[in-house]
Amino acid sequence: MEATSLKAHDTFSGGVHPADNKYLSAHKPTVAATIPKRAVIPLSQHIGAPTKPLVVIGQEVKKGEKIGETTGFVSAPVHASISGKVVAIANFPHILGVDLPAVVIESDGKDEWVAGLKENPDYNMLSPEELKKLVQDAGIVGMGGATFPTHVKLSPPKEKPIDVVILNGAECEPYLTSDHRLMLEKSKEIVEGLRILMRILNVSKGYIGIESNKPDAIEAMNKAAAGSSDVKVWPVKVKYPQGAEKMLIKAIAGRTVPAGGLPMDIGVVVQNVGTAEAIYNAVRYGRPLIERYVTVTGRGVKEPKNFLARIGTPFSQLIEEAGGLTDAAAKVISGGPMMGMSQYTLDVPVIKGTSGITVLPREEVSTKPYGPCIRCARCIDACPMKLQPSLIGVFIEKGHYQDAKDYNLMDCFECGSCTFVCPANRPIVQWVKKAKKELAKKKN
Amino acid sequence: MDAPVKEQPKEQLKLIVSIGPHMHDTESTSKIMWTVSGALLPATLMSVYYFGLPAIMVILVCLVTSLLAEAGMQLLLKKPVTLSDGSAFLTGLLLALNLPANAPLYIPFVGSVVAIMIAKQLFGGLGYNIFNPALVGRAFVLVSFAKIMTTFVAPVSTFMALDAKTTATPLVLLKEEGMAKLLEIYHTKAALYQDLFLGNRAGSLGETSVIAILLGAAYLMMKRYITWHIPIPFIATVGILTWVFGGKDGLMTGDPILHMMSGGLMLGAFFMATDYVTGPSVRSAQVVFGICAGALTTLIRLKGGYPEGVMFAILLMNCFAPLLDRGMRSRVFGKAVAQGVKK
Repeated sequence: MEATSLKAHDTFSGGVHPADNKYLSAHKPTVAATIPKRAVIPLSQHIGAPTKPLVVIGQEVKKGEKIGETTGFVSAPVHASISGKVVAIANFPHILGVDLPAVVIESDGKDEWVAGLKENPDYNMLSPEELKKLVQDAGIVGMGGATFPTHVKLSPPKEKPIDVVILNGAECEPYLTSDHRLMLEKSKEIVEGLRILMRILNVSKGYIGIESNKPDAIEAMNKAAAGSSDVKVWPVKVKYPQGAEKMLIKAIAGRTVPAGGLPMDIGVVVQNVGTAEAIYNAVRYGRPLIERYVTVTGRGVKEPKNFLARIGTPFSQLIEEAGGLTDAAAKVISGGPMMGMSQYTLDVPVIKGTSGITVLPREEVSTKPYGPCIRCARCIDACPMKLQPSLIGVFIEKGHYQDAKDYNLMDCFECGSCTFVCPANRPIVQWVKKAKKELAKKKN
Repeated sequence: MDAPVKEQPKEQLKLIVSIGPHMHDTESTSKIMWTVSGALLPATLMSVYYFGLPAIMVILVCLVTSLLAEAGMQLLLKKPVTLSDGSAFLTGLLLALNLPANAPLYIPFVGSVVAIMIAKQLFGGLGYNIFNPALVGRAFVLVSFAKIMTTFVAPVSTFMALDAKTTATPLVLLKEEGMAKLLEIYHTKAALYQDLFLGNRAGSLGETSVIAILLGAAYLMMKRYITWHIPIPFIATVGILTWVFGGKDGLMTGDPILHMMSGGLMLGAFFMATDYVTGPSVRSAQVVFGICAGALTTLIRLKGGYPEGVMFAILLMNCFAPLLDRGMRSRVFGKAVAQGVKK
């Protein structure tokens, strides 16, 4: 479909326009990936307290069985994504770049659901508290990549009433098309998931924000939401990072999240469209979050594809199913090229927040050294948070972390727009991450 | 029971690992520098057209000296030699365009050495210099060789410039002898403006032709390498202030068009004041920078000892660029609201 058939004006100030390269996979219907023979399921797939294992080595588990129990409120349980036998509980490579505790399950090939999953055909009769409990027990976290436990977002303190729920279908990250395909293929489920969210939060206004470069998704969602006055599909301007929570709220609700604050401070809850679909599955069928849409794309794989993949599927398997790496493949990124994390091994597994695997060939990977800041102000124009990345970068380069903090370092959410436009190739995001760590160390 | 053994990767795959973003747009420092140099091409060609062979000599000496000075200083300081980034070339070219055509060749040489070695490299090299190197170089030769540097030649008719004769620039005439004298030479104001616009007047190499400078500036603006925030307030301020205070017959009798098109204002506003390194980078600070530079220029032109003040105005404002940047930070997304919302 023609990408320019729709003009949207709602947006934020700043931002950049990287080539989105979504054509590589946007038109390809999602296929179910092979059930992995061996699933490595990290016990921590979310922001917050890691889970503790509920299983022992040698134990038989069924698909959907809880294998990791939460240890705090800001945490989410972890479930077996295949049926089989637990063969290891140890540290395994995680997409964060370190080895983290994981449960390894070897498939018995039966792929059987655990007994006792409760279907709720008439889930509209459930109370908000019951619905929230279902979401919490299903281990649902923000599936756009941030992996913040969803039930926490659904439990705002009393003094912060929520009146708007926004589903994030912007998918501003270049290359990725998993949300796009999900909106085309699961539009009804997404809308139902949104309605459940609205019921839990007692909200009458629901929006689905989609970048206008996905007119087919906008149409599909409009169709799914047809006839209801409570849910509105809201096309937003194509600009990175339009899908960042604060930028999306600005574009759709016209509200500004206070610096250092949360969307709930201004009465808004934002959830990814994938999260909404997972919520629907959890509430309607009692199914925990054990699979998700994953785009495997980039010019470093032979046949870019969209997969429905089990949590714990190794990257290597999905890449194989996408035709394998090309000879030129040089960088494998968990997520998209702007905010994704490059991997040193293909043994890392898909987790709840893995929206895609982007493989870049050598010629698209820059290893150029960086030069001095020439203060061209491009980063200042690009920063969606209106920071001065140039100055922050210079401070951190010289080790002046506190100065960087005085220049609002903490308001940076590391979208990478500044680094994308920097003519001197300066690794500003890398420095920002480093400074935040150094400052945290000092505090402790 | 055996401890679970971590699997070794089957094949040794070599992957590049770095912190994102893993994409980059196509701009680079060297591309910017070379493009700005390219945008000076019309002004450079016009200078050769009007001043002939001597102009070429001045330009060549500046370019060669600047490049050698940059490489030499970087070798001395044991830094990587970065001639290809185009910044030394640009400094040399800008300095040349700010010198009179009849300058003996030791002047471009000395100016380039001072610009590159002292104003640029000794301050830390590209990105760290406080003052615009080309203008420091020019300021140095202006005060050192004041007589030569304020003697300009009129445009010549032959390439060899054998007929070059010294003459005063329009600003000098205006300052010392008044508007009447200018009109005596050019007959009508229209003719005067036309010559200023085309560049048919005495002056530094690259500053005379307004049209050539505007062509280059328009290209840079189109490429978004420069924005209106510094040059337009700069030129407008000079226009307004010279109109108000520049006339001999009291307030509001000055000639803003003459002032805006003469001297080094166009070249300075579009190509020198917009230097990234030595100017502010916050947009609102840039407007203030431009207005202040315009006010200083007017002050020097109307009341100072020199007929032209663009160079000193920009150099003085260069000192304030970091302060302006720090004082006029843009408001962080959500910061203002935060005060109202926080409980």
